[in-house]
Amino acid sequence: MWEYTEKVKEHYKNPKNVGSIEDADAIGEAGSLSCGDALKIFLKIDANGIVTDAKFQTFGCGSAVASASALTELVIGKHIDEIEKITNQDIANELGGLPPQKMHCSVMGHEALESALANYRGESSDKKSKVVCQCFGVTEELIREVVQHNKLKTIEEVTNYTKAGGGCGKCKDDIQKILNDELQKLGEIAAKKPLTKTQMIIKVNNILENYIAEELRKDNGDIELIDIEGNNIYVNLKGACKNCPSSNLTLKNFVENILREHLGEEVNVIEA
Amino acid sequence: MSEKTIYLDNNATTRVCDEAVEAMLPFLTEKYGNPSSMHEFGGQVGNSLKKARLQVSELIGAASPDEIIFTSCGTESSNTALRGLIAPHKKHIITTKVEHPCVLNVTKYLEKKGYETTYLSVNSEGEIDLDEFKNSIRPDTAIVAIMWANNETGVIFPVEKMAEITKEKNPETIFFVDGVQSAGKIPINVKNTKIDMLGISGHKIHAPKGVGALYIRKGTPITPFMLGGHQERGKRGGTENVSGIIAMGTASEQALNYLDDENTRVKNLRDKLEKGILERIFNARVNGSRINRVPNTANISFEYIEGELILLHLSDLGICASSGSACTSGNLEPSHVLRAMGVPFTAVHGSIRFSLSRYTTEEEIDYVLEKLPDVINKLNLISPFQKELKELEEMKRGCLALGKQKGCCKAGKCS
Repeated sequence: MWEYTEKVKEHYKNPKNVGSIEDADAIGEAGSLSCGDALKIFLKIDANGIVTDAKFQTFGCGSAVASASALTELVIGKHIDEIEKITNQDIANELGGLPPQKMHCSVMGHEALESALANYRGESSDKKSKVVCQCFGVTEELIREVVQHNKLKTIEEVTNYTKAGGGCGKCKDDIQKILNDELQKLGEIAAKKPLTKTQMIIKVNNILENYIAEELRKDNGDIELIDIEGNNIYVNLKGACKNCPSSNLTLKNFVENILREHLGEEVNVIEA
Repeated sequence: MSEKTIYLDNNATTRVCDEAVEAMLPFLTEKYGNPSSMHEFGGQVGNSLKKARLQVSELIGAASPDEIIFTSCGTESSNTALRGLIAPHKKHIITTKVEHPCVLNVTKYLEKKGYETTYLSVNSEGEIDLDEFKNSIRPDTAIVAIMWANNETGVIFPVEKMAEITKEKNPETIFFVDGVQSAGKIPINVKNTKIDMLGISGHKIHAPKGVGALYIRKGTPITPFMLGGHQERGKRGGTENVSGIIAMGTASEQALNYLDDENTRVKNLRDKLEKGILERIFNARVNGSRINRVPNTANISFEYIEGELILLHLSDLGICASSGSACTSGNLEPSHVLRAMGVPFTAVHGSIRFSLSRYTTEEEIDYVLEKLPDVINKLNLISPFQKELKELEEMKRGCLALGKQKGCCKAGKCS
């Protein structure tokens, strides 16, 4: 059972402004039936740009109905310049918050509002942006927007807010790239600086000691680091490994694989 | 919360029957000994476990109580069966697309370990094609894992026949049945079948949560999944959940006693509920075969409205049910069972499962039939698919008028 606030319960039990407006000045849509939720909002806007009436119809769960109901209350009586600034967070706040997994309902409300405003201005609301999540038809533009507005940091949060990645999960790598990109813009993660040679030597030595040497010692062998040049790591096999006929296999299959796991695919291990 | 509770979610869990509570209580108070102990105090507990083992074996018609091991739940029973495979050269598994996650997530895990799985399809009624099944059995098929009855739709698979087909084609293939939703609902007699293993769960048959059982036919090769002491003849380590097992034994005996009630009175109530809903609500449709089905389950979709919303409104009226909607699952995908059956998206998200039990009364069903139409009518108004709803209503009205003439409505065969 979801933990809905009293405000959410109030709204889904007795939603405000349900229905359609025959001669609406703006109609906005978001979501689709196959994705499990869909929202349509209708706005009546007077000559001064004031929203005089708003109605909605939705196919969705309790929090989707509540988000739409709250949204109509937020916009009625306000100027379109003002409602343009409404974010999904405003909708969630109006409801006293939503469970994390239900934040996408507030995003859908915001999307429908944006679509209605575009419709009012006579703009095409066609999404030109690339679709990242095929399962739920979520575009890159929407993900970026939601990540920025809500300061999201993880794929899980992006899924909670947009549903992207919540189906087959194939797009998770793409979402991570968008996240990295946005976080870099915010300065949340510094662009990677290459390690200095000393830092690199310490790191490689640690990996050799913690993950590799112990295994070799079990067979009375050992390994030592000789030098590092760019991506080439020069090592010496010692003890029993030294004259072992399969030492090259050990080097390539075992040592190199483990170093690549930690340092990236580009490193090479070479016997000095 | 509403003052009264009308519990129609018995496929999720059941009320523990009074007889089981009474039977288990002494084992939480004075009879707390460990059945493995070498003193009389623990030994008497061991004797009670024996009785429970017999009671469970009788519910499923096992040849001997020794073929029953107790587990912690239905999920553990499935895990034990699937992860206990021992033939290293046999790397093929057959199951269905509509299994419970306690099978599907294990096969996915085993695939990472080098196994290959065939997932059998189902038709729009939720039924398996036996020819497709037969053709999928290979010399390297290690195990077939099939549910007896589906937890969402109640549709029954012909597992007895499937076990025979399996053994005919490959006698070495193990045949495992997830019997969680069939125990206590339909007669089960494993000794007369070719089924090798069958898992059941306590809390689905009016025993407490935290206890299950696995039938392992004598001679079936299996490695234990839970390693530890010698309990359950070495097949499942860990000190026994004594009070739970005692309760499950008593609940099994009761389930056997109530089997007739389940298949007459409970079935009639389910049919009354289903028929009443279809008559009163134009956008209602039944999911799954209405012929091959356990007697307590009805899965009904309300087209163009969303399941969680229906559940929330029902909950306010004290009515407990479940939904296959994406919103209720915690993940974003709707019911894999209904999707495998090709149920249209307009209906998958609005599916509601009502599951009855021996405690369900006619008054409760009447109450649901009285209240549900208002809820659905109210929610229909919120739907953005007004045009589609109107078309559906007109079509149904026409169909009903015609159906009354032709008599097909009575047979419940509206196409």
